[in-house]
Amino acid sequence: MSAKKYLPVLWLLLIVVAVQLATSYSGKEFYLTQLTMTSYYCLLVIGLCMVMGYAGQISLGHAGFFAIGGYTSAALTTNNFASYSELTVMQLLNRYGCIITTEDMFGDTIINFHPWLAFAAAILLTTIIAFAIGIPVLKLKGHYLAMATLGFGVIIYRIVLASEALGEADGISEVPAFVLIKGLSVNGNMDDRVINYYIAWGILTIGALLLINLINSRTGRALRAIHASEEAASAMGINTARSKLYIFVISAVFAAVAGAMLTHYNGGIGPSEAGVMKSVRYVALVAIGGMANFWGALTMAATLNFLSLRGMFGSYDDAVFGAILILIMLFAPNGLFKLSPIKAIRQIINRDRR
Amino acid sequence: MPLLDVQLLNKSFGGLQAVSEVSFDVKQGAIKALIGPNGAGKTTLFNLIAGNLPANSGTITFQGKSIQRRPPHKIASLGISRTFQNIKMFHGMTALENVMVGRHPKSHAGFMAAMLNLPWTWKEEKKIRDYSMELLELVEIADFAHIDGASLSFGQQRAVELARAMAADPTLLLLDEPAAGLNIYETAELAKLICKIRDMGITILLVEHDMSLVMDISDEIVVLSFGKKIAEDVPQAIQNNPEVIKVYLGDDDA
Repeated sequence: MSAKKYLPVLWLLLIVVAVQLATSYSGKEFYLTQLTMTSYYCLLVIGLCMVMGYAGQISLGHAGFFAIGGYTSAALTTNNFASYSELTVMQLLNRYGCIITTEDMFGDTIINFHPWLAFAAAILLTTIIAFAIGIPVLKLKGHYLAMATLGFGVIIYRIVLASEALGEADGISEVPAFVLIKGLSVNGNMDDRVINYYIAWGILTIGALLLINLINSRTGRALRAIHASEEAASAMGINTARSKLYIFVISAVFAAVAGAMLTHYNGGIGPSEAGVMKSVRYVALVAIGGMANFWGALTMAATLNFLSLRGMFGSYDDAVFGAILILIMLFAPNGLFKLSPIKAIRQIINRDRR
Repeated sequence: MPLLDVQLLNKSFGGLQAVSEVSFDVKQGAIKALIGPNGAGKTTLFNLIAGNLPANSGTITFQGKSIQRRPPHKIASLGISRTFQNIKMFHGMTALENVMVGRHPKSHAGFMAAMLNLPWTWKEEKKIRDYSMELLELVEIADFAHIDGASLSFGQQRAVELARAMAADPTLLLLDEPAAGLNIYETAELAKLICKIRDMGITILLVEHDMSLVMDISDEIVVLSFGKKIAEDVPQAIQNNPEVIKVYLGDDDA
């Protein structure tokens, strides 16, 4: 049991390497760009899968957390903070190398924060907001929870759209590369395409490992118990409110990491990333994967995000995900991987007879 | 000092007084039964003790400490485990996993330790698993350990639920109609099992409709009717109590 649970991780790594080799040899390396972006979206989806599939809650606001991560990183690394340079905090940060000072073409000083600091700030901010939202909202159930998280998503979208510091409708562009360590940076340069592909899928693999461990633990069992019966779970000594809150925060952090990384990779972020349709898409992906099916969610998230990013769904992109959600709820509520076509057809026939 | 002491407990739902001025206690090591006709307030009383409902007034003391207004998970952690009248299996989990969830209060691995898969959690996990397996053996369904709990038969599910409640090493076990839906043989097995659990040092408070079971195994019986306690005594005395007979069989003089 203990080793078997890691087998899919091994498969994941093998596939990741195989895809890279295949694209390189066939001269189709341009696929790696979308595959890299796909992996960051997958990171968000597996986090959401924990909340939805395992703990049995719903969040229609995860694009909001993605945006908080992305926008915080972008704003701190791109906006000029020169006017604050006299502050003691800034000088202290500067001493520890957390400030990057450059000059623009007119010789004016530009002061930005180091991406690592921005990243840390993004995660911290997301954690705080996730706690602040989660504590009141997770007391709700079902439709009410869906509506409340939807409201949160809408608020973040409007904030992003209305803030001058966040670029309003244009978003933030020219976000610098995120130098993780010397010689390894998250950026969108053609030369770094392969390494960035590996960084992205490496981060996803680490995220997957963490969540696989969680699923197969005492805490993971507690989450599944909450999903099945909150009343019985609390009678077993499980602090259901706290467990739901923690997994919500963890998944929000996953979304924020994804947002921050993708923003550095793309060199920018726009308000569409915070849009409600994005949240709906993530929910749809978890549902297609089979809710409490971690690898199913990851597989579907990878496939459909990639197709979407390649423009396969054209201008019907959002409609496709909406349609998928409807079809899955009607015909395969346990996900595509539990779908038996014959059984499904028989069910439809029987339903009509009744 | 009694293990559980309930004093002048009241609970009303709107205009309905579901539990009214009920007082009784449960002594360490005893099997105590709560009986009464449908709607007498037995399950409400259970939910008050387990923390699922707040009482309007009165006190509930467990091991000398007030447990009122504490959330169910805190009460469970203090050593009060329960089963449910309508079985609440954790669907999608095997019988063994169901019991393992019950071990929650006696284990520690939290989110961080679990995600990082810290070595000390492996040992704890193995202990949880082994202990849960032992309990499944105790209730004699170890053979079904790896079957989805929800697909077991009704009687087997009851057994899993019992093992699950036992997994927390409770001091007091609350059994809500454990014999409901069981046939006469299964009920006899259950009676033996409950006595076995009592002999392990666990105090039992049960709500039950099956009179033969209650009379066989209980040390003391509390009779409720319309939310009020009408009698509390040993089984023989309860059987001959005119008030109880009236409630159960109707009033001849009427």
